[in-house]
Amino acid sequence: MIGRQRDENPAGIDLPLDPLPGHTSRGRLERVLRRGEFAVTTELNPPDSADPEDVYNRAKIFDGWVDAINAVDASGANCHMSSVGICALLTRMGYAPIMQIACRDKNRIAIQGDVLGGAAMGVANMLCLTGDGVQAGDQPGAKPVFDLDCMSLLETCRIMRDNGKFLSGRKLTTPPQLFLGAAINPFAPPIDFRPHRLGKKIASGAQFVQSQYCFDVPMFRTYMQKVRDLGYTEKCFILVGVGPLASAKTAKWIRSNVPGIHIPDSVIKRLEGAQDQKKEGKQLCIDIINEVKEISGVSGVHVMAYRQEEYVAEIVDESGVLKGRQPWKREIRRDDQMVADRLEHILHDDITETQVDMVKTAH
Amino acid sequence: MSETIPTKDGPAVTQATLVKKAAPKSDYKPADVSPQRRVQRSFAVRLWSIRHSRLLEWFYAKFADMFLLLHPLWKGIGYGRVEGPIKFVEKRVKGFMFDCRMCGQCILSSTGMSCPMNCPKQLRNGPCGGVRANGNCEVEPDMPCVWVKAWEGSQNMVHSDRILTVQKPVDQSLRETSAWLRVTAQAAAAREAAAAKNGAANTGASA
Repeated sequence: MIGRQRDENPAGIDLPLDPLPGHTSRGRLERVLRRGEFAVTTELNPPDSADPEDVYNRAKIFDGWVDAINAVDASGANCHMSSVGICALLTRMGYAPIMQIACRDKNRIAIQGDVLGGAAMGVANMLCLTGDGVQAGDQPGAKPVFDLDCMSLLETCRIMRDNGKFLSGRKLTTPPQLFLGAAINPFAPPIDFRPHRLGKKIASGAQFVQSQYCFDVPMFRTYMQKVRDLGYTEKCFILVGVGPLASAKTAKWIRSNVPGIHIPDSVIKRLEGAQDQKKEGKQLCIDIINEVKEISGVSGVHVMAYRQEEYVAEIVDESGVLKGRQPWKREIRRDDQMVADRLEHILHDDITETQVDMVKTAH
Repeated sequence: MSETIPTKDGPAVTQATLVKKAAPKSDYKPADVSPQRRVQRSFAVRLWSIRHSRLLEWFYAKFADMFLLLHPLWKGIGYGRVEGPIKFVEKRVKGFMFDCRMCGQCILSSTGMSCPMNCPKQLRNGPCGGVRANGNCEVEPDMPCVWVKAWEGSQNMVHSDRILTVQKPVDQSLRETSAWLRVTAQAAAAREAAAAKNGAANTGASA
Protein backbone atom coordinates (compact mmCIF):
# COMPACT_ATOMS: atom_id res chain seq x y z
CA MET A 1 0.00 0.00 0.00
CA ILE A 2 1.36 3.39 -0.92
CA GLY A 3 1.87 5.97 1.79
CA ARG A 4 1.85 3.69 4.81
CA GLN A 5 5.27 2.94 6.23
CA ARG A 6 6.49 1.91 9.63
CA ASP A 7 6.80 4.93 11.95
CA GLU A 8 4.29 7.05 10.11
CA ASN A 9 1.03 8.51 11.31
CA PRO A 10 -1.73 7.23 9.01
CA ALA A 11 -3.64 10.48 9.44
CA GLY A 12 -0.80 12.47 7.90
CA ILE A 13 2.97 12.30 7.53
CA ASP A 14 3.46 15.61 9.30
CA LEU A 15 1.63 14.47 12.46
CA PRO A 16 3.31 13.04 15.57
CA LEU A 17 3.32 9.27 16.07
CA ASP A 18 1.30 7.46 18.71
CA PRO A 19 2.90 7.66 22.15
CA LEU A 20 4.61 4.44 23.22
CA PRO A 21 5.40 3.38 26.78
CA GLY A 22 8.96 4.23 27.80
CA HIS A 23 9.24 6.82 25.04
CA THR A 24 9.51 10.50 25.90
CA SER A 25 8.92 11.76 22.38
CA ARG A 26 6.56 10.94 19.56
CA GLY A 27 9.25 10.95 16.92
CA ARG A 28 10.81 8.41 14.64
CA LEU A 29 14.41 8.56 15.85
CA GLU A 30 13.60 7.48 19.40
CA ARG A 31 11.54 4.56 18.09
CA VAL A 32 14.36 3.36 15.85
CA LEU A 33 16.92 3.58 18.66
CA ARG A 34 14.72 1.98 21.29
CA ARG A 35 13.94 -0.90 18.92
CA GLY A 36 17.67 -1.56 18.94
CA GLU A 37 18.18 -0.74 15.29
CA PHE A 38 21.39 0.88 14.11
CA ALA A 39 20.41 4.49 13.50
CA VAL A 40 21.79 6.80 10.83
CA THR A 41 21.53 10.56 11.12
CA THR A 42 22.95 13.28 8.97
CA GLU A 43 23.29 17.02 8.73
CA LEU A 44 21.50 19.36 6.37
CA ASN A 45 23.69 22.10 4.96
CA PRO A 46 21.55 25.15 5.79
CA PRO A 47 20.87 27.41 2.79
CA ASP A 48 21.70 31.11 2.66
CA SER A 49 18.35 31.84 1.12
CA ALA A 50 14.69 32.45 1.85
CA ASP A 51 13.47 29.85 -0.62
CA PRO A 52 11.88 26.78 1.00
CA GLU A 53 12.71 24.72 -2.09
CA ASP A 54 16.39 25.03 -1.20
CA VAL A 55 15.71 23.20 2.04
CA TYR A 56 13.54 20.55 0.40
CA ASN A 57 16.06 19.90 -2.36
CA ARG A 58 18.83 19.46 0.17
CA ALA A 59 16.71 17.11 2.28
CA LYS A 60 15.60 15.06 -0.74
CA ILE A 61 19.02 13.52 -1.34
CA PHE A 62 18.87 11.79 2.05
CA ASP A 63 15.44 10.22 1.33
CA GLY A 64 15.31 6.61 2.46
CA TRP A 65 18.83 6.58 3.84
CA VAL A 66 18.70 8.39 7.19
CA ASP A 67 16.48 8.26 10.27
CA ALA A 68 16.83 11.90 11.23
CA ILE A 69 18.29 15.11 9.85
CA ASN A 70 20.14 17.64 11.99
CA ALA A 71 19.00 21.21 11.44
CA VAL A 72 22.13 23.11 12.43
CA ASP A 73 21.98 26.33 14.41
CA ALA A 74 24.52 28.58 12.68
CA SER A 75 27.32 26.02 12.99
CA GLY A 76 30.78 27.47 13.16
CA ALA A 77 29.09 30.77 14.07
CA ASN A 78 28.36 31.35 10.38
CA CYS A 79 25.06 32.93 9.53
CA HIS A 80 22.51 30.68 7.72
CA MET A 81 18.79 29.91 7.77
CA SER A 82 17.82 29.30 11.38
CA SER A 83 17.34 25.81 12.76
CA VAL A 84 13.78 26.69 13.82
CA GLY A 85 12.98 27.73 10.24
CA ILE A 86 14.49 24.60 8.73
CA CYS A 87 12.59 22.46 11.24
CA ALA A 88 9.33 24.21 10.39
CA LEU A 89 9.83 23.31 6.73
CA LEU A 90 11.03 19.76 7.31
CA THR A 91 8.27 18.78 9.74
CA ARG A 92 5.65 19.93 7.20
CA MET A 93 7.00 17.35 4.79
CA GLY A 94 7.12 14.60 7.38
CA TYR A 95 10.88 14.49 7.90
CA ALA A 96 12.26 13.85 11.38
CA PRO A 97 14.54 16.78 12.12
CA ILE A 98 16.88 17.08 15.08
CA MET A 99 16.65 20.73 16.08
CA GLN A 100 20.02 21.99 17.25
CA ILE A 101 20.00 24.71 19.87
CA ALA A 102 23.22 26.60 20.49
CA CYS A 103 23.70 28.79 23.55
CA ARG A 104 25.76 31.30 21.62
CA ASP A 105 22.98 33.39 20.13
CA LYS A 106 20.01 33.17 22.46
CA ASN A 107 19.41 33.71 26.14
CA ARG A 108 17.25 31.48 28.30
CA ILE A 109 14.08 33.42 27.50
CA ALA A 110 14.43 32.98 23.74
CA ILE A 111 15.57 29.37 24.04
CA GLN A 112 12.61 28.22 26.11
CA GLY A 113 10.27 29.91 23.65
CA ASP A 114 11.95 28.12 20.74
CA VAL A 115 11.71 24.77 22.51
CA LEU A 116 7.94 25.22 22.84
CA GLY A 117 7.60 26.49 19.27
CA GLY A 118 9.68 23.66 17.87
CA ALA A 119 7.77 21.02 19.80
CA ALA A 120 4.47 22.52 18.63
CA MET A 121 5.60 22.17 15.01
CA GLY A 122 6.28 18.49 15.60
CA VAL A 123 10.01 18.53 16.29
CA ALA A 124 10.60 15.47 18.45
CA ASN A 125 14.38 15.64 18.84
CA MET A 126 16.43 18.52 20.17
CA LEU A 127 20.19 18.65 20.39
CA CYS A 128 21.57 20.93 23.09
CA LEU A 129 24.91 22.51 22.27
CA THR A 130 27.15 25.19 23.67
CA GLY A 131 27.99 26.44 20.20
CA ASP A 132 31.21 27.58 18.59
CA GLY A 133 32.67 30.88 19.66
CA VAL A 134 31.76 33.90 17.53
CA GLN A 135 35.43 34.31 16.58
CA ALA A 136 35.11 31.25 14.35
CA GLY A 137 32.40 32.65 12.12
CA ASP A 138 31.78 35.25 9.47
CA GLN A 139 30.75 37.91 11.98
CA PRO A 140 33.31 37.91 14.78
CA GLY A 141 32.03 41.24 16.06
CA ALA A 142 28.77 39.65 17.24
CA LYS A 143 27.81 39.63 20.89
CA PRO A 144 28.34 36.15 22.32
CA VAL A 145 25.43 35.31 24.63
CA PHE A 146 26.25 32.03 26.38
CA ASP A 147 23.59 32.68 28.99
CA LEU A 148 23.13 28.94 29.52
CA ASP A 149 25.70 26.27 28.77
CA CYS A 150 24.91 22.94 27.12
CA MET A 151 24.43 21.29 30.49
CA SER A 152 21.99 23.82 31.91
CA LEU A 153 20.23 23.90 28.53
CA LEU A 154 19.69 20.15 28.72
CA GLU A 155 18.39 20.52 32.23
CA THR A 156 16.06 23.33 31.16
CA CYS A 157 14.57 21.18 28.38
CA ARG A 158 14.24 18.25 30.76
CA ILE A 159 12.45 20.37 33.36
CA MET A 160 10.08 21.69 30.69
CA ARG A 161 9.30 18.15 29.52
CA ASP A 162 9.16 16.24 32.81
CA ASN A 163 7.97 18.86 35.27
CA GLY A 164 5.91 20.84 32.79
CA LYS A 165 7.45 24.08 33.94
CA PHE A 166 9.63 26.90 32.72
CA LEU A 167 12.98 27.44 34.44
CA SER A 168 11.21 30.09 36.50
CA GLY A 169 8.71 27.55 37.81
CA ARG A 170 5.79 28.92 35.83
CA LYS A 171 3.55 26.13 34.56
CA LEU A 172 3.16 25.01 30.95
CA THR A 173 -0.31 24.11 29.73
CA THR A 174 1.06 21.35 27.51
CA PRO A 175 4.67 20.29 28.07
CA PRO A 176 6.82 19.48 25.00
CA GLN A 177 7.46 15.81 24.27
CA LEU A 178 11.12 15.60 23.43
CA PHE A 179 13.98 13.21 22.84
CA LEU A 180 16.96 15.14 24.15
CA GLY A 181 20.40 14.98 22.64
CA ALA A 182 23.84 16.38 23.30
CA ALA A 183 27.24 16.42 21.67
CA ILE A 184 30.44 14.73 22.83
CA ASN A 185 34.02 15.21 21.77
CA PRO A 186 36.14 12.29 22.98
CA PHE A 187 39.16 13.61 21.07
CA ALA A 188 39.91 16.89 22.86
CA PRO A 189 41.72 17.44 26.16
CA PRO A 190 41.22 16.87 29.10
CA ILE A 191 40.85 13.29 27.84
CA ASP A 192 40.24 11.64 31.23
CA PHE A 193 37.47 14.11 32.07
CA ARG A 194 35.54 13.44 28.84
CA PRO A 195 33.72 10.24 29.98
CA HIS A 196 32.71 11.98 33.21
CA ARG A 197 31.43 14.91 31.21
CA LEU A 198 29.17 12.51 29.32
CA GLY A 199 27.97 11.34 32.73
CA LYS A 200 27.12 14.91 33.65
CA LYS A 201 25.21 15.32 30.39
CA ILE A 202 23.23 12.15 31.06
CA ALA A 203 22.48 13.41 34.57
CA SER A 204 21.22 16.64 33.02
CA GLY A 205 18.88 14.82 30.65
CA ALA A 206 20.77 13.64 27.56
CA GLN A 207 19.14 10.56 26.02
CA PHE A 208 21.31 10.38 22.93
CA VAL A 209 24.63 11.91 21.99
CA GLN A 210 26.30 12.58 18.68
CA SER A 211 30.08 12.70 18.68
CA GLN A 212 32.51 15.00 16.93
CA TYR A 213 34.14 13.60 13.73
CA CYS A 214 35.87 10.34 14.60
CA PHE A 215 39.05 9.74 12.62
CA ASP A 216 41.00 8.05 15.41
CA VAL A 217 39.27 4.74 16.11
CA PRO A 218 41.73 3.44 18.77
CA MET A 219 41.25 6.66 20.73
CA PHE A 220 37.48 6.30 20.46
CA ARG A 221 37.71 2.67 21.56
CA THR A 222 39.53 3.69 24.76
CA TYR A 223 36.89 6.32 25.42
CA MET A 224 34.07 3.82 24.91
CA GLN A 225 35.78 1.34 27.23
CA LYS A 226 35.71 3.94 29.99
CA VAL A 227 32.11 4.91 29.18
CA ARG A 228 31.02 1.26 29.34
CA ASP A 229 32.83 0.79 32.65
CA LEU A 230 30.93 3.74 34.06
CA GLY A 231 27.68 2.19 32.83
CA TYR A 232 26.64 5.09 30.63
CA THR A 233 25.92 3.04 27.51
CA GLU A 234 22.75 1.69 29.15
CA LYS A 235 21.45 5.17 29.87
CA CYS A 236 22.24 6.86 26.59
CA PHE A 237 22.41 6.10 22.87
CA ILE A 238 25.77 6.98 21.36
CA LEU A 239 25.98 7.98 17.72
CA VAL A 240 29.47 8.30 16.26
CA GLY A 241 30.22 11.27 14.04
CA VAL A 242 31.82 10.28 10.74
CA GLY A 243 32.35 11.94 7.40
CA PRO A 244 34.33 11.87 4.19
CA LEU A 245 37.40 14.06 3.80
CA ALA A 246 37.62 15.61 0.33
CA SER A 247 41.43 15.55 0.15
CA ALA A 248 44.62 15.52 2.19
CA LYS A 249 44.80 19.29 1.79
CA THR A 250 41.32 19.77 3.27
CA ALA A 251 42.20 17.40 6.10
CA LYS A 252 45.29 19.48 6.94
CA TRP A 253 43.29 22.69 6.75
CA ILE A 254 40.59 21.33 9.04
CA ARG A 255 43.18 20.08 11.48
CA SER A 256 44.85 23.43 11.85
CA ASN A 257 41.82 25.71 11.52
CA VAL A 258 38.73 24.04 12.93
CA PRO A 259 38.89 23.67 16.69
CA GLY A 260 38.02 20.33 18.22
CA ILE A 261 38.64 18.05 15.23
CA HIS A 262 41.42 15.54 15.71
CA ILE A 263 42.88 13.97 12.55
CA PRO A 264 45.84 11.62 13.05
CA ASP A 265 48.83 11.70 10.68
CA SER A 266 48.08 8.18 9.44
CA VAL A 267 44.79 9.41 7.94
CA ILE A 268 46.49 12.24 6.08
CA LYS A 269 49.21 9.89 4.85
CA ARG A 270 46.59 7.46 3.55
CA LEU A 271 44.85 10.27 1.65
CA GLU A 272 48.10 11.60 0.22
CA GLY A 273 49.07 8.17 -1.04
CA ALA A 274 45.82 7.69 -2.95
CA GLN A 275 45.29 8.21 -6.68
CA ASP A 276 41.80 9.65 -6.27
CA GLN A 277 41.80 11.43 -2.92
CA LYS A 278 38.08 12.12 -2.89
CA LYS A 279 37.28 8.47 -3.46
CA GLU A 280 39.81 7.45 -0.83
CA GLY A 281 38.22 9.88 1.64
CA LYS A 282 34.88 8.21 1.07
CA GLN A 283 36.41 4.75 1.46
CA LEU A 284 38.14 5.86 4.66
CA CYS A 285 34.79 6.99 6.03
CA ILE A 286 33.22 3.62 5.18
CA ASP A 287 36.14 1.79 6.82
CA ILE A 288 35.75 3.86 9.99
CA ILE A 289 32.00 3.14 10.09
CA ASN A 290 32.71 -0.56 9.74
CA GLU A 291 35.14 -0.41 12.64
CA VAL A 292 33.06 1.70 15.03
CA LYS A 293 29.79 -0.17 14.43
CA GLU A 294 31.40 -3.23 16.03
CA ILE A 295 32.28 -1.35 19.24
CA SER A 296 29.77 -2.30 21.91
CA GLY A 297 27.67 0.62 23.09
CA VAL A 298 27.57 2.34 19.71
CA SER A 299 23.94 2.76 18.63
CA GLY A 300 24.38 4.53 15.32
CA VAL A 301 26.35 6.86 13.13
CA HIS A 302 26.00 10.55 12.42
CA VAL A 303 27.24 11.18 8.89
CA MET A 304 28.46 14.72 8.38
CA ALA A 305 29.33 15.26 4.74
CA TYR A 306 29.58 19.01 4.46
CA ARG A 307 29.30 19.96 0.78
CA GLN A 308 29.50 16.30 -0.15
CA GLU A 309 25.93 15.46 0.83
CA GLU A 310 25.44 13.39 -2.30
CA TYR A 311 27.88 10.84 -0.83
CA VAL A 312 25.78 10.14 2.29
CA ALA A 313 23.56 7.62 0.52
CA GLU A 314 26.57 5.84 -1.00
CA ILE A 315 28.41 5.75 2.31
CA VAL A 316 25.40 4.33 4.16
CA ASP A 317 24.73 1.84 1.38
CA GLU A 318 28.28 0.61 0.96
CA SER A 319 28.93 0.29 4.69
CA GLY A 320 25.77 -1.79 5.02
CA VAL A 321 24.91 -0.39 8.47
CA LEU A 322 21.20 -0.46 7.77
CA LYS A 323 21.27 -4.23 7.19
CA GLY A 324 18.58 -4.01 4.54
CA ARG A 325 16.30 -1.79 6.60
CA GLN A 326 14.90 1.24 4.80
CA PRO A 327 14.36 4.34 6.94
CA TRP A 328 11.23 6.38 6.41
CA LYS A 329 11.02 7.82 2.94
CA ARG A 330 8.81 10.54 1.59
CA GLU A 331 6.41 8.92 -0.84
CA ILE A 332 3.43 10.14 -2.75
CA ARG A 333 0.25 9.23 -0.91
CA ARG A 334 -2.55 7.40 -2.63
CA ASP A 335 -4.94 10.37 -2.69
CA ASP A 336 -2.21 12.69 -3.94
CA GLN A 337 -1.41 10.19 -6.65
CA MET A 338 -5.06 10.10 -7.71
CA VAL A 339 -5.23 13.88 -7.93
CA ALA A 340 -2.01 13.95 -9.91
CA ASP A 341 -3.33 11.36 -12.38
CA ARG A 342 -6.57 13.24 -12.93
CA LEU A 343 -4.78 16.52 -13.28
CA GLU A 344 -2.58 14.93 -15.90
CA HIS A 345 -5.66 13.75 -17.73
CA ILE A 346 -7.38 17.14 -17.58
CA LEU A 347 -4.33 19.18 -18.53
CA HIS A 348 -2.72 17.07 -21.21
CA ASP A 349 -5.32 14.84 -22.81
CA ASP A 350 -7.02 16.89 -25.48
CA ILE A 351 -10.70 16.30 -24.78
CA THR A 352 -13.68 18.53 -25.09
CA GLU A 353 -16.70 17.24 -23.28
CA THR A 354 -20.13 18.73 -23.38
CA GLN A 355 -22.68 18.28 -20.68
CA VAL A 356 -24.69 16.06 -22.98
CA ASP A 357 -21.74 13.73 -23.46
CA MET A 358 -21.09 13.64 -19.76
CA VAL A 359 -24.67 12.63 -19.04
CA LYS A 360 -24.40 9.92 -21.67
CA THR A 361 -21.20 8.47 -20.24
CA ALA A 362 -22.62 8.68 -16.72
CA HIS A 363 -25.48 6.35 -17.67
CA MET B 1 38.12 28.79 10.95
CA SER B 2 40.31 31.54 12.31
CA GLU B 3 43.02 33.05 10.19
CA THR B 4 46.46 31.52 10.31
CA ILE B 5 48.90 33.42 12.44
CA PRO B 6 52.04 34.59 10.64
CA THR B 7 55.02 33.49 12.73
CA LYS B 8 57.70 33.28 10.05
CA ASP B 9 59.85 36.22 11.04
CA GLY B 10 60.31 38.28 14.14
CA PRO B 11 58.63 37.60 17.45
CA ALA B 12 55.46 35.51 17.24
CA VAL B 13 52.43 37.70 16.61
CA THR B 14 49.76 36.57 18.99
CA GLN B 15 46.14 36.14 18.00
CA ALA B 16 45.30 38.60 20.75
CA THR B 17 47.41 41.28 19.10
CA LEU B 18 45.75 40.69 15.77
CA VAL B 19 42.34 40.92 17.35
CA LYS B 20 43.36 44.01 19.23
CA LYS B 21 44.50 45.69 16.03
CA ALA B 22 41.43 44.67 14.06
CA ALA B 23 38.67 45.25 16.57
CA PRO B 24 37.35 48.70 17.26
CA LYS B 25 37.48 49.83 20.88
CA SER B 26 33.71 49.91 21.16
CA ASP B 27 33.29 46.16 20.61
CA TYR B 28 31.45 44.21 23.26
CA LYS B 29 33.61 42.21 25.62
CA PRO B 30 31.74 39.45 27.47
CA ALA B 31 32.35 39.82 31.20
CA ASP B 32 35.47 41.81 30.46
CA VAL B 33 37.28 38.85 28.90
CA SER B 34 39.08 40.66 26.16
CA PRO B 35 42.17 39.98 24.11
CA GLN B 36 43.44 43.39 25.15
CA ARG B 37 43.51 42.30 28.73
CA ARG B 38 45.14 39.02 27.80
CA VAL B 39 48.04 40.84 26.23
CA GLN B 40 48.59 42.89 29.35
CA ARG B 41 48.16 40.11 31.85
CA SER B 42 49.86 36.82 32.41
CA PHE B 43 48.15 33.81 33.87
CA ALA B 44 51.00 33.10 36.29
CA VAL B 45 49.07 33.81 39.50
CA ARG B 46 45.94 32.06 38.33
CA LEU B 47 47.93 28.99 37.35
CA TRP B 48 49.77 29.06 40.69
CA SER B 49 46.40 28.98 42.46
CA ILE B 50 45.34 25.95 40.45
CA ARG B 51 48.61 24.16 41.20
CA HIS B 52 48.03 24.79 44.90
CA SER B 53 44.33 23.95 44.79
CA ARG B 54 44.56 21.55 47.72
CA LEU B 55 46.16 24.15 49.96
CA LEU B 56 43.61 26.77 48.92
CA GLU B 57 40.76 24.32 49.49
CA TRP B 58 41.98 23.77 53.07
CA PHE B 59 42.52 27.48 53.58
CA TYR B 60 39.10 28.42 52.24
CA ALA B 61 37.38 25.90 54.54
CA LYS B 62 39.07 27.57 57.55
CA PHE B 63 38.32 31.01 56.16
CA ALA B 64 34.64 30.20 55.65
CA ASP B 65 34.42 28.90 59.22
CA MET B 66 35.95 32.12 60.50
CA PHE B 67 33.48 34.17 58.46
CA LEU B 68 30.63 32.13 59.90
CA LEU B 69 31.98 32.74 63.43
CA LEU B 70 31.84 36.43 62.66
CA HIS B 71 28.18 36.12 61.65
CA PRO B 72 26.93 37.98 64.77
CA LEU B 73 29.24 40.86 63.87
CA TRP B 74 27.99 41.01 60.24
CA LYS B 75 24.45 40.81 61.52
CA GLY B 76 25.13 43.49 64.10
CA ILE B 77 26.48 45.94 61.56
CA GLY B 78 23.97 44.76 58.94
CA TYR B 79 24.82 42.59 55.92
CA GLY B 80 23.75 45.39 53.62
CA ARG B 81 26.21 47.81 55.18
CA VAL B 82 29.26 45.47 55.19
CA GLU B 83 28.56 44.42 51.60
CA GLY B 84 30.46 47.40 50.19
CA PRO B 85 33.78 47.04 52.04
CA ILE B 86 33.78 43.21 51.91
CA LYS B 87 33.08 43.28 48.18
CA PHE B 88 35.94 45.75 47.76
CA VAL B 89 38.35 43.33 49.44
CA GLU B 90 36.89 40.18 47.86
CA LYS B 91 37.05 41.62 44.37
CA ARG B 92 40.70 42.54 44.70
CA VAL B 93 41.88 39.41 46.52
CA LYS B 94 40.05 36.98 44.25
CA GLY B 95 40.80 39.15 41.25
CA PHE B 96 44.51 38.81 41.97
CA MET B 97 44.42 35.12 42.86
CA PHE B 98 41.93 33.73 40.31
CA ASP B 99 41.14 36.57 37.85
CA CYS B 100 37.71 36.63 39.49
CA ARG B 101 34.82 38.13 37.44
CA MET B 102 32.52 38.73 40.44
CA CYS B 103 29.68 36.54 39.24
CA GLY B 104 28.58 36.55 42.88
CA GLN B 105 28.05 32.77 43.04
CA CYS B 106 31.53 31.39 43.53
CA ILE B 107 32.06 27.71 42.67
CA LEU B 108 35.88 27.69 42.80
CA SER B 109 35.81 24.72 45.21
CA SER B 110 33.98 22.68 42.56
CA THR B 111 36.20 23.71 39.69
CA GLY B 112 39.69 22.98 40.96
CA MET B 113 40.26 26.65 41.88
CA SER B 114 40.04 27.63 38.21
CA CYS B 115 37.47 30.40 37.76
CA PRO B 116 34.99 29.21 35.07
CA MET B 117 33.94 32.77 34.29
CA ASN B 118 37.34 33.21 32.62
CA CYS B 119 36.15 30.83 29.94
CA PRO B 120 35.16 32.97 26.92
CA LYS B 121 31.93 30.93 26.75
CA GLN B 122 31.57 31.13 30.53
CA LEU B 123 30.93 27.41 30.74
CA ARG B 124 30.31 26.23 34.28
CA ASN B 125 29.93 22.52 33.62
CA GLY B 126 33.06 21.44 31.80
CA PRO B 127 35.07 22.06 28.65
CA CYS B 128 33.49 22.58 25.24
CA GLY B 129 34.48 20.37 22.34
CA GLY B 130 36.76 23.00 20.85
CA VAL B 131 39.73 22.62 23.18
CA ARG B 132 42.93 22.60 21.13
CA ALA B 133 45.20 19.57 21.09
CA ASN B 134 47.75 21.48 23.20
CA GLY B 135 45.08 22.13 25.83
CA ASN B 136 44.57 25.77 24.90
CA CYS B 137 41.35 27.66 24.38
CA GLU B 138 39.46 27.63 21.08
CA VAL B 139 38.57 31.32 21.30
CA GLU B 140 41.83 32.61 22.76
CA PRO B 141 44.61 30.43 21.39
CA ASP B 142 47.20 31.80 23.84
CA MET B 143 45.24 30.94 26.95
CA PRO B 144 45.30 27.49 28.53
CA CYS B 145 41.73 26.13 28.62
CA VAL B 146 40.15 27.04 31.92
CA TRP B 147 38.57 23.59 32.15
CA VAL B 148 41.69 21.62 31.33
CA LYS B 149 43.29 23.42 34.27
CA ALA B 150 40.15 22.93 36.38
CA TRP B 151 40.32 19.19 35.87
CA GLU B 152 44.01 19.14 36.86
CA GLY B 153 43.33 21.29 39.92
CA SER B 154 40.31 19.30 41.02
CA GLN B 155 42.25 16.05 40.97
CA ASN B 156 44.61 17.44 43.63
CA MET B 157 41.80 18.35 45.95
CA VAL B 158 40.19 16.39 48.77
CA HIS B 159 36.70 16.82 47.28
CA SER B 160 37.83 15.89 43.79
CA ASP B 161 34.34 14.66 42.85
CA ARG B 162 32.71 18.06 43.27
CA ILE B 163 33.57 18.87 39.67
CA LEU B 164 31.01 16.24 38.65
CA THR B 165 28.00 18.07 40.08
CA VAL B 166 25.82 19.78 37.49
CA GLN B 167 25.85 23.54 38.06
CA LYS B 168 22.74 25.66 37.64
CA PRO B 169 22.73 28.55 35.18
CA VAL B 170 24.29 31.77 36.43
CA ASP B 171 21.91 34.12 38.20
CA GLN B 172 22.91 37.33 36.46
CA SER B 173 21.17 39.43 39.12
CA LEU B 174 23.85 38.41 41.64
CA ARG B 175 26.72 39.89 39.63
CA GLU B 176 29.05 42.25 41.50
CA THR B 177 27.90 41.07 44.91
CA SER B 178 29.95 39.35 47.59
CA ALA B 179 29.86 35.56 47.40
CA TRP B 180 31.61 35.33 50.79
CA LEU B 181 28.81 37.14 52.57
CA ARG B 182 26.08 35.25 50.73
CA VAL B 183 27.59 31.87 51.62
CA THR B 184 27.97 32.99 55.26
CA ALA B 185 24.42 34.31 55.49
CA GLN B 186 23.04 31.13 53.93
CA ALA B 187 25.10 28.89 56.23
CA ALA B 188 23.96 30.89 59.28
CA ALA B 189 20.33 30.70 58.14
CA ALA B 190 20.65 26.94 57.61
CA ARG B 191 22.21 26.58 61.06
CA GLU B 192 19.45 28.59 62.69
CA ALA B 193 16.76 26.64 60.83
CA ALA B 194 18.31 23.38 62.00
CA ALA B 195 18.55 24.70 65.56
CA ALA B 196 14.92 25.84 65.50
CA LYS B 197 13.88 22.43 64.19
CA ASN B 198 15.86 20.65 66.91
CA GLY B 199 14.44 23.00 69.55
CA ALA B 200 10.92 22.31 68.34
CA ALA B 201 11.60 18.58 68.39
CA ASN B 202 13.04 18.79 71.93
CA THR B 203 10.11 20.79 73.33
CA GLY B 204 7.75 18.42 71.52
CA ALA B 205 9.47 15.44 73.16
CA SER B 206 9.46 17.00 76.65
CA ALA B 207 5.78 17.98 76.38
